[in-house]
Amino acid sequence: MSNSIFGKRSYDMIAFVLLAALILVVLPLTLDAFRLNLVGKYLTYSFVALGLVLCWGYTGILSLGQGVFFGLGGYCMAMFLKLEASSVANTKIQSTPGIPDFMDWNQITALPTYWIPFQSLTFTLVAVILVPCFMAFVLSYAMFKRRVGGVYFAIITQALSAVMTILIIGQQGYTGGVNGITDLRTLNGWDIRPDSSKIILYFVCCALLLGCILLGRFVLTSKLGRILVAIRDKEDRVRFSGYDVANFKVFIFCLASIFAAIGGAMFTLQVGFMSPSFVGIVPSIEMVIFCAVGGRHSLVGAVAGALLINYGKTLFSESFPELWLFAMGGLFIAVVLAFPRGLAGLLTDQVMPWVTRLRIRKSGGSPSVSPSPAE
Amino acid sequence: MLFGYSFGDLGSILVMQGFAGLILFSVFVLMALGLAIIFGQMGVINMAHGEFMILGAYMTFLCSNLFQTYLPGLFGLYFFVAMAIAFVVAGALGLATEWLLIRHLYARPLDTLLATWGLSLIMQQAFRSIFGAREVGVELPSWMMGSLTFGSIDVQINGLFVMGLTLIITGVVALLMFRSRWGLQVRAVVTNRTMSGAVGIDTRRIDRLTFGLGCGIAGVAGSAFTMIGSTSPSAGQLYIVDTFLVVVFGGAQSLLGTIASAFTISQSQSTLEFFTSGSNAKVTTLLIVIGLLMLRPQGLFVLKVRK
Amino acid sequence: MANETDFLLALESVTVSFDGFKAVNDLNLYIDKGELRVIIGPNGAGKTTVLDLICGRTKLSSGSIKFKNEEISTLKEQQIVRRGIGRKFQTPSIYEDLTVFENLELSFPRGREVFGALFWNRANEIVERVREIAEMIYLADHLDRSAETLSHGQKQWLEIGMLLIQDPELLMLDEPVAGMSVSERAKTAALLNTIIKNRSVVVIEHDMKFVESIAHRVTVLHQGKVLAEGDMEKIHADSRVKEVYLGH
Repeated sequence: MSNSIFGKRSYDMIAFVLLAALILVVLPLTLDAFRLNLVGKYLTYSFVALGLVLCWGYTGILSLGQGVFFGLGGYCMAMFLKLEASSVANTKIQSTPGIPDFMDWNQITALPTYWIPFQSLTFTLVAVILVPCFMAFVLSYAMFKRRVGGVYFAIITQALSAVMTILIIGQQGYTGGVNGITDLRTLNGWDIRPDSSKIILYFVCCALLLGCILLGRFVLTSKLGRILVAIRDKEDRVRFSGYDVANFKVFIFCLASIFAAIGGAMFTLQVGFMSPSFVGIVPSIEMVIFCAVGGRHSLVGAVAGALLINYGKTLFSESFPELWLFAMGGLFIAVVLAFPRGLAGLLTDQVMPWVTRLRIRKSGGSPSVSPSPAE
Repeated sequence: MLFGYSFGDLGSILVMQGFAGLILFSVFVLMALGLAIIFGQMGVINMAHGEFMILGAYMTFLCSNLFQTYLPGLFGLYFFVAMAIAFVVAGALGLATEWLLIRHLYARPLDTLLATWGLSLIMQQAFRSIFGAREVGVELPSWMMGSLTFGSIDVQINGLFVMGLTLIITGVVALLMFRSRWGLQVRAVVTNRTMSGAVGIDTRRIDRLTFGLGCGIAGVAGSAFTMIGSTSPSAGQLYIVDTFLVVVFGGAQSLLGTIASAFTISQSQSTLEFFTSGSNAKVTTLLIVIGLLMLRPQGLFVLKVRK
Repeated sequence: MANETDFLLALESVTVSFDGFKAVNDLNLYIDKGELRVIIGPNGAGKTTVLDLICGRTKLSSGSIKFKNEEISTLKEQQIVRRGIGRKFQTPSIYEDLTVFENLELSFPRGREVFGALFWNRANEIVERVREIAEMIYLADHLDRSAETLSHGQKQWLEIGMLLIQDPELLMLDEPVAGMSVSERAKTAALLNTIIKNRSVVVIEHDMKFVESIAHRVTVLHQGKVLAEGDMEKIHADSRVKEVYLGH
């Protein structure tokens, strides 16, 4: 087990390079701007899946509320863009010009105080990271210090995503309600709507994603990564090695929430709106399945899972919308029952050994895979 | 005076909201009972629990239509037949689920969560394909319509009926749990699974029966639910979070805890609902429960044992 | 402190009850610096519970536990470990998904904070220390093996090694030879005899032959209380001990 997680560094690197080549070269060369933007949207989900690899795959913390952090990141970004789109000149037909249109529709006559700092891009970018991180910190600190974990944590994070959705929909004067924050136009004067901007945003998204994968790899290959695995397998024992388990779990959960939030912010920028339908129970658990299908122990695998499932979803819902839920449900069950390590696990456990055997038989030589060094 | 109401008004409001809360309480208890015995015994959260309930609701809907067409004379009694059918169908599907799915995943409770979520997606889509996406309601028998008047307040008969039903089902479950051989074995398995196996209890069989029974009760809950609301393929999702919280808040292994927490949550929600909007009431209630769970993660009632 | 003691570890009137059942009842136990103490007693006497109490796994209902004159009964497990108390569990408790090397490295008493672990540098000094310990626990040739592939006895040794690398002042071992073959037992006894030199050790053991081969002082627990205490001969001579335990 350990070898397959840590030792197959070469596979990891190959997978990373392949992914980078795919999203940076192959897809931009072969897809039109519309399809590329769609891929960019899928990639924003894979930020969430990356975070889930860290906290679920490696540490054993299943969060069913990652949509909350995705949403918080996305909403922070959307608030900035909305304020820029709601300049007095753009909104002079409103009864109160200069505030977002949905506020005007809800008879709000002044910008709420907590919206005001979002007029600054710097503040917004900091908030995209810190707001979700703070929320993740409070939640996980309270729970992990009291040693709540497993199913309980999953249920409570799920309840949180339900609360968040109800709150956003209920407070429509302040949040845009069920429609979300729409009609976003410019980022510091730069129009985000034309295809040329979308292509640039796509590459920004790719760069951030690859950066997050590398950061995730750094964390997982450090001693901290091994402590996370130890926590997953024998949480109690880790305490008796002198570690404060809760701190480690809080750290990794916060990191996962930051990844999700970056994904959310990139979603808003590329898709041009944010709504509660990306926050609730269903999207949150869907993001878990992206991670599970791709492989909960593989960063690149999780990205691949997000891409594949969303591609499948688009394909299916264009032609057989009825079948999609059946397919998705079946996939959940099949992955959990038969391939708990997902596609990446299938590749490293089944296909690669088979390829190696094939190579050995052909060349008659000794296996080229050497046991992992202890470093 | 408080919030501009006189104390007399406030009294009536509390009683009215209290009654609304009691109906919500009944729904919570019915839904949570099945989930609680499954979670308590196996540590498994069945994410498809809401769909098992909706299955029961659709069975009732079918039954009501059949009676209307073929046995209009006996229409007043169809509900009791429907309840039995709902129990059997949901229970049988539960047994099958346990055999095909759950038993392979006992060592991985988090994966059970995901697998049963997959099942819930399939069931939702199946309902949609078979019964259509629109909401359906059942025709109430005439004796269940109308309301009774106690002093200054009106009480709907269907609401009373659901409450009575809840009382009976809870009683039956409690009897099974504390008086039957199955209940004794369940309690033994909960306390010490390994030891129970060693003294000759077939823990696998007990698991299967418990899961089936839990799902069967969900079916009955769905059946009762048709008396006060309409049914749609995704209606199961609406209550599922509340139900999870009820179970977790009540403490995983305590029937009494489940009932107490269902009471607390439903009453606070319906009382708050009067003073603020429905969504605010729900948000506030859920946040309070989440907060309390952070302070007391083991729930309201729990045994202290050597781990 | 009101009652200072010279003892390394002092348990005074310690009681713990689970739903009314007193697993440990008004227990007093003192361990000296450099002492090797063996705790014996019939099943259910509260032996493992006593270790659980000392290392913070179970919280006591009343009484006090002092380590080097500091009250430790209110501390968390990891804080107690950092004070210098190591605990080996009854069933081998190691990180199965990690290699032997990584198991030992994780137990090295440094880089225990989040960022210390994140920016952990595998210095030569640490590698050498790991090798040195691996040599002692007969696993020097297995450093790169995944711990789950070790034999039962090897797992027990690995866990002892994980404790040694922490260099605790007080080492607590819960049935260290349970489930071991005869030759593994002999090796374990030799191992224990080398590692007890610089520290105090508390051992719970059922195997009387093994107890006699290592014991200095023996405490007999019965129904959560100390029934007798002294050297092996005194224990053998005690009629009450014979009655509840040795007589079987």
